[in-house]
Amino acid sequence: MTNLSAGPFRNEKALARLRKRRAADTRFRLYGLSAIGFALAALSLLVFSIGAQALSAATYHVVKYDVVLDAAVIAPKGKDTPDQISRNVDGFYSLVRENLKDTFPDARDDRRSSRELGELMTRLAVLPTARKVADNPTLMGQKITITAPLNDDLDLYLKGAASPQKKVKLGKVVSVEAETGRTYRLAGPAAFKVIESLVSAERFEVGDAVDRQSILLTTGATTGKISDVTTDSAVIDLLTGNADDFKGATPVARLIGIPQSERNVTDQQIAWTLALKDMGRISRVPHLSLLTHTDSTYPELAGALAAIVGSLLTMFVTAFIAVPIGIFASVYLEEFAPRNRVTEIIEVNINNLAAVPSIVFGLLGAAVFLGFFGLPRSAPLVGGLVLALLTLPTIIIASRAALKSVPPSIRAAALGVGASKMQSVFHHVLPLAGPGIFTGAILGMARALGETAPLLLIGMVAFVADVPSGPTDEATALPVLIYSWSTNAERAWEPMTAAVIVILLMFLIVMNGIVVLLRRRFERRW
Amino acid sequence: MVQQLGHLPMGWLMLALLAMMASGAFFVGRVQAERFSAAGSGRFHSRPNYHGYYVAMWTVVPALVMAMAYGLLGDDIVRALLRRELPASFSAMPPIELSVYLDSISRAASQGGFSGSDRIFSAITNRFLELQGVIKTVTIGLTTLCAGSGFLLARRRVAPGFRARNKVEGGMEAFLFLCAAVAIATTVGIVASLLYESLRFFAQVPIWDFLLGTRWNAQTSAEFGALPLFFGTFMIALIAMLIAAPVGLFAAIYLSEYAGPRVRGSVKPILEVLAGIPTVVYGFFALLVVAPTIRTIAVWINMTLINAGVTSEPFLAAQPTSALAAGLVMGIMVIPFVSSLSDDVINAVPQTLRDAAYAMGATKSETVKHVVLPAALPGIIASLLLAVSRAIGETMIVVMAAGQRARISADPTADLTTITVQIVALLTGETEFDSPKTLSAFALGLVLFVITLIFNLIALRVVQKYREKYD
Repeated sequence: MTNLSAGPFRNEKALARLRKRRAADTRFRLYGLSAIGFALAALSLLVFSIGAQALSAATYHVVKYDVVLDAAVIAPKGKDTPDQISRNVDGFYSLVRENLKDTFPDARDDRRSSRELGELMTRLAVLPTARKVADNPTLMGQKITITAPLNDDLDLYLKGAASPQKKVKLGKVVSVEAETGRTYRLAGPAAFKVIESLVSAERFEVGDAVDRQSILLTTGATTGKISDVTTDSAVIDLLTGNADDFKGATPVARLIGIPQSERNVTDQQIAWTLALKDMGRISRVPHLSLLTHTDSTYPELAGALAAIVGSLLTMFVTAFIAVPIGIFASVYLEEFAPRNRVTEIIEVNINNLAAVPSIVFGLLGAAVFLGFFGLPRSAPLVGGLVLALLTLPTIIIASRAALKSVPPSIRAAALGVGASKMQSVFHHVLPLAGPGIFTGAILGMARALGETAPLLLIGMVAFVADVPSGPTDEATALPVLIYSWSTNAERAWEPMTAAVIVILLMFLIVMNGIVVLLRRRFERRW
Repeated sequence: MVQQLGHLPMGWLMLALLAMMASGAFFVGRVQAERFSAAGSGRFHSRPNYHGYYVAMWTVVPALVMAMAYGLLGDDIVRALLRRELPASFSAMPPIELSVYLDSISRAASQGGFSGSDRIFSAITNRFLELQGVIKTVTIGLTTLCAGSGFLLARRRVAPGFRARNKVEGGMEAFLFLCAAVAIATTVGIVASLLYESLRFFAQVPIWDFLLGTRWNAQTSAEFGALPLFFGTFMIALIAMLIAAPVGLFAAIYLSEYAGPRVRGSVKPILEVLAGIPTVVYGFFALLVVAPTIRTIAVWINMTLINAGVTSEPFLAAQPTSALAAGLVMGIMVIPFVSSLSDDVINAVPQTLRDAAYAMGATKSETVKHVVLPAALPGIIASLLLAVSRAIGETMIVVMAAGQRARISADPTADLTTITVQIVALLTGETEFDSPKTLSAFALGLVLFVITLIFNLIALRVVQKYREKYD
């Protein structure tokens, strides 16, 4: 037995080299792992960031208004046909505004606060009620409860998404003294210690000016804004409610990080909203209007219904054209085409077409379908045609793979019992390739459903307020709606856009789920 | 009366007519063949159904040709007839105005006639409806005539010895060929429309000014120097490939060489999910998460550099939308295009090559680096080329996250614009097909098409050669 350490593979230099090589191997493996880790991390970041946004749009706040449908307001003489009633936004809105003013009588005197109060609800939000009354005139003069969405900025505020806010519970307030006007001095031993320490540490500035941060003091339906504070007492400007409510109460302080001048909602509006919430008139409900409403310029009223219908119509046109043509084309290329130059050109051409940028198909649609044939702009018909041409190569390639996987023995057997070529293909090969072709078609349709760029070029980006009823009506599609909502400036559109993305992804997941099921069920190894 | 005929719903009418004629002809052909065979007049070559199909084919095809001719030319014929009858004052109108006027007439006519106060307009609309009625009636008559004569001719040939099946199958094969030719027609359509509109554009703007000019301002003033767009496109594609190439390649190597079947089976589909997410979703992700983060980091770098006294001015542009944000997200999107095709080609490298390397004492990474990758190189290059072509043609991510400003800047946090962004910007909204603004979009499209075509052709050729090598 020779001593191993003396051998050529066991001396120090060789061992060091071996270690180095092994370390290089481990490093290489780690590069691979981190590449996969990066891809998976990117995917999960994408899913979670959009999912979190979408979740906050899954519910929204609605306000209840008890109003009497006064015929003199909503259907004055000369404007009382059902059609006019259904469009009488001003009349219905004034009922709601009166109701708000009855709830907060202080806002009556001042024009500015009266306008701010009105902003709690968008005027157009009364339209469903107006239509209901127009359809059912017996409601006139009765007392009904209108449920309408809260202003989108206040909705975001209540969801805690509008501005950083800190909520602290304070000590017991013992006395309330009225000072000038609506200013009150609240006192209680060490009641305001928390706020005082934050303010003196210059984490917060207080005061009346709009460019200062705000500290709102709330108990029940009463809210005031702190303008000066010590450990034992605070001076507040009463925003809404009754200052005597603070006596004996342990109020909640809301420290809002963004000054009023940089927010879309005023302290006054927040105070009213908190009061309405305390009265139980605001409730958080599932955001079903996202599925049942059409597009709107107000985020709280907007929904994706028109885009969903537009997408479905477009997909019908696409499927109706691309699937049969794709199947027939692949049957020809796989079963009948003679091996010659023409076939070769068609094949290279199809492979190329599958890699042509989708926006080029949009240019084709704009120049040929809109410019040359004069088809209507923004119509699902044109969108469907363009997407059909776009998905055709995908479907042809998938169908050819499916046809290729049917073994030649099937064809030989059919031909052997006297079938013609056409009969062997259509009676035997095609049915056997069916599931594969079908999955290819669904995958092609899934790709088409997510396409945006070609639809932009043929004008499907228009604002569509009505649900399209046919393939030649003006329409938009889900991915285009995502694009146009994401370009809107208001913050409230962000979660809404994310929610529409989730709807779109649901459709895609269902389609891909069908593909997986089909593969499991019908996959056959010859 | 003739005016009422103008409202005929031609689409549905033609469809119903064709369906009726087809089924009628089929039954006539079939029944006739059955009658022959019942009479025992010799052996039939084809089954009765095929005779039915044959007659139906000869009935429908001529009718279909007529219907398509109407669809293509009907409106133009009506307009040409109407224009000849218009009073002399109309011939003084510029052609564009006239066609707009005729458009409004045909719109009014399709909404059931005009009942306003403009008497000339309503008279012309009514006359338009009359002419339409005439043309529609004539079309229906001609269609029926064509179908009828086709039917009669075909029916006379139904006989025991007639090889109906062969004829029907011949027709069917021709139809299949037409379907396959749709793909060719699409390419021809793309090339023709892009070339036609581009040539009109280059008649107004010299081609070299377009390709080499550095000032792009198509929306407001007529400046069509597209070099900044090309720069932006390649810059963003480069950033994307800097992400996608290493990540995709290493992921493919790991999955095919290191990972066990279970890891491979679960990771591969997840990577492919990245390819299935619509690009508009990536765009939103870039806008919502990536672009603000990059801006924050860029601002922080600026502050640090200024505080450290290295510069006195902000070093990075730190725009709210940036080339880096778009490129980064596009890189993530392109990863599966690189990894999936590379994975295929790496798997196609014969196991014998690896075994030979191991037998020489090579470690796994050495085998991959010195044996597998060189063998798979052509395929990998092809996958990278396809990914580049994908990145260049990608639209929604750059539209949402790259910006609109045409400029040449190496700063990745500046906003750049790309070919696709400008195409979208130029063609959304109201478009007239005559202004150089609209036409420039087609010139950009042509450039985009040619570039991606070159990448695709090379890649496809390489893949084909490579397949032949190891098959």
